[in-house]
Amino acid sequence: MAELKRTCLYDLHVELGAKMVPFAGYDMPVQYPLGVMKEHLHCRAAAGLFDVSHMGQVLLTPLDGDVASAAAALETLVPQAILGLKEGRQRYALFTDAAGGILDDLMVANRGDHLFLVVNAACKEADIAHLRAHLSDRCRVEEITDRALLALQGPAAEAALSALVPGAAEMTFMDVLVTDSDWGALWISRSGYTGEDGYEISVPEAQAEAFARALLAGDTVEPIGLGARDSLRLEAGLCLYGNDIDTTTSPVEAALEWAIQKARRTGGAREGGFPGAARVLDELETGATRRRIGLLPDGRAPMRAGTEIFAAAEGGAPIGAVTSGAFGPSIEGPMSMGYVDIAHAADGTELFGEVRGKRLPARVVPMPFRPSTYKR
Amino acid sequence: MKFTEEHEWLRPEGDLIVVGITEHASEQLGDVVFVELPEADTTVSKDDEVAVIESVKAASDILAPLDGEIVEVNEAIVANPGLVNEDPMGDAWFFKMKIEDPSALDDFMDEGEYKDFIG
Repeated sequence: MAELKRTCLYDLHVELGAKMVPFAGYDMPVQYPLGVMKEHLHCRAAAGLFDVSHMGQVLLTPLDGDVASAAAALETLVPQAILGLKEGRQRYALFTDAAGGILDDLMVANRGDHLFLVVNAACKEADIAHLRAHLSDRCRVEEITDRALLALQGPAAEAALSALVPGAAEMTFMDVLVTDSDWGALWISRSGYTGEDGYEISVPEAQAEAFARALLAGDTVEPIGLGARDSLRLEAGLCLYGNDIDTTTSPVEAALEWAIQKARRTGGAREGGFPGAARVLDELETGATRRRIGLLPDGRAPMRAGTEIFAAAEGGAPIGAVTSGAFGPSIEGPMSMGYVDIAHAADGTELFGEVRGKRLPARVVPMPFRPSTYKR
Repeated sequence: MKFTEEHEWLRPEGDLIVVGITEHASEQLGDVVFVELPEADTTVSKDDEVAVIESVKAASDILAPLDGEIVEVNEAIVANPGLVNEDPMGDAWFFKMKIEDPSALDDFMDEGEYKDFIG
């Protein structure tokens, strides 16, 4: 097995008492002494700091100097409207494959004369190869390897960051800002993956630890590990690539229609033109045969990933399976997401998850499980 | 008090034994969010999966340490699974059982041996 990589904050994690585990080839903090439950609740009540430096940071710079060229190029790989993305704004996007499956999900920011992408750790090498293979005639594809990425999430995030970085409070959800600071140039977006208001901040590696310590110095900010990150994103109804979406799931099956703008749909100004467009456009019109749903068990037993879902308490074949399931500390109960046949996907439908040989009742519910608090 | 390699503790109480999980086990599991206990008056064999404990991380089985009969279960940890983290060696006992051969307890680790076992 290849040696685990470390982010530049590894020593800080260990100093803070983190339990480290392998994740996407990195040795990452799964929890700190506070523990998963309290970390989760702290993030919702105050603010949490996450090291997400394992994720890929990529600059897409147009060879002709016109950001519209990079946007048009990227539109050949994603079903999102990137040309419609204004300077200083960010958008959620999906790399699709020729069969209409999802290669990765990512964030795309327009930074005036280039695009900035944040991709998943486990996919970053493949994503960068994919970008280079298809866009090199129009763009320079540059992986950023000398910057850390931190997420600061929760109701106290704005105050904590504003105390260090002027201008952070004026940003709204999905705004991006490049600004000088005592820790070098910060690349900030008002976004995250917890359902909370907050920020993701790219900081030069040499200053990352000092910046993290400055954020943690306030009494509202606690370090949060991958354990709580998972329960936070699940309560927020957000997909984890590799669990809830992958190459076997299409954007419409994954209930991600909201992420596909009109301009790229049938009849739109730039209809199709991305890998798997035939399937994706067709499913946008007629629906898919299965769908990602939220599932709330009636009882207390968590229905975890892999749990088979049935339409009845007895008999019949499975009509789907759970792809993520956990206890939600803020909703104080178990929650799951998964895929079921479209006939059973309507909100309110009673279904059964088979846990340790017993079919336990659950209900299809809209997501998020807990209302998100983005600053719109 | 005796200890099993499955990180359970066994405490004699009259002609019964009380069974719970060790502090070490509760720390390793992390925050406990769900407990499923057997019915009282259930006859069990050693290593039967008699209870389930789910933490924020994963599900684990609790095994019957010996042949015998479960005579009482602790509903308090079903109502409040967090008790397993707060007081694993005391209030958060799982069940009481009547064992067929009390001398079988001698085969388990004492506290010193268990401490060595968990290193």
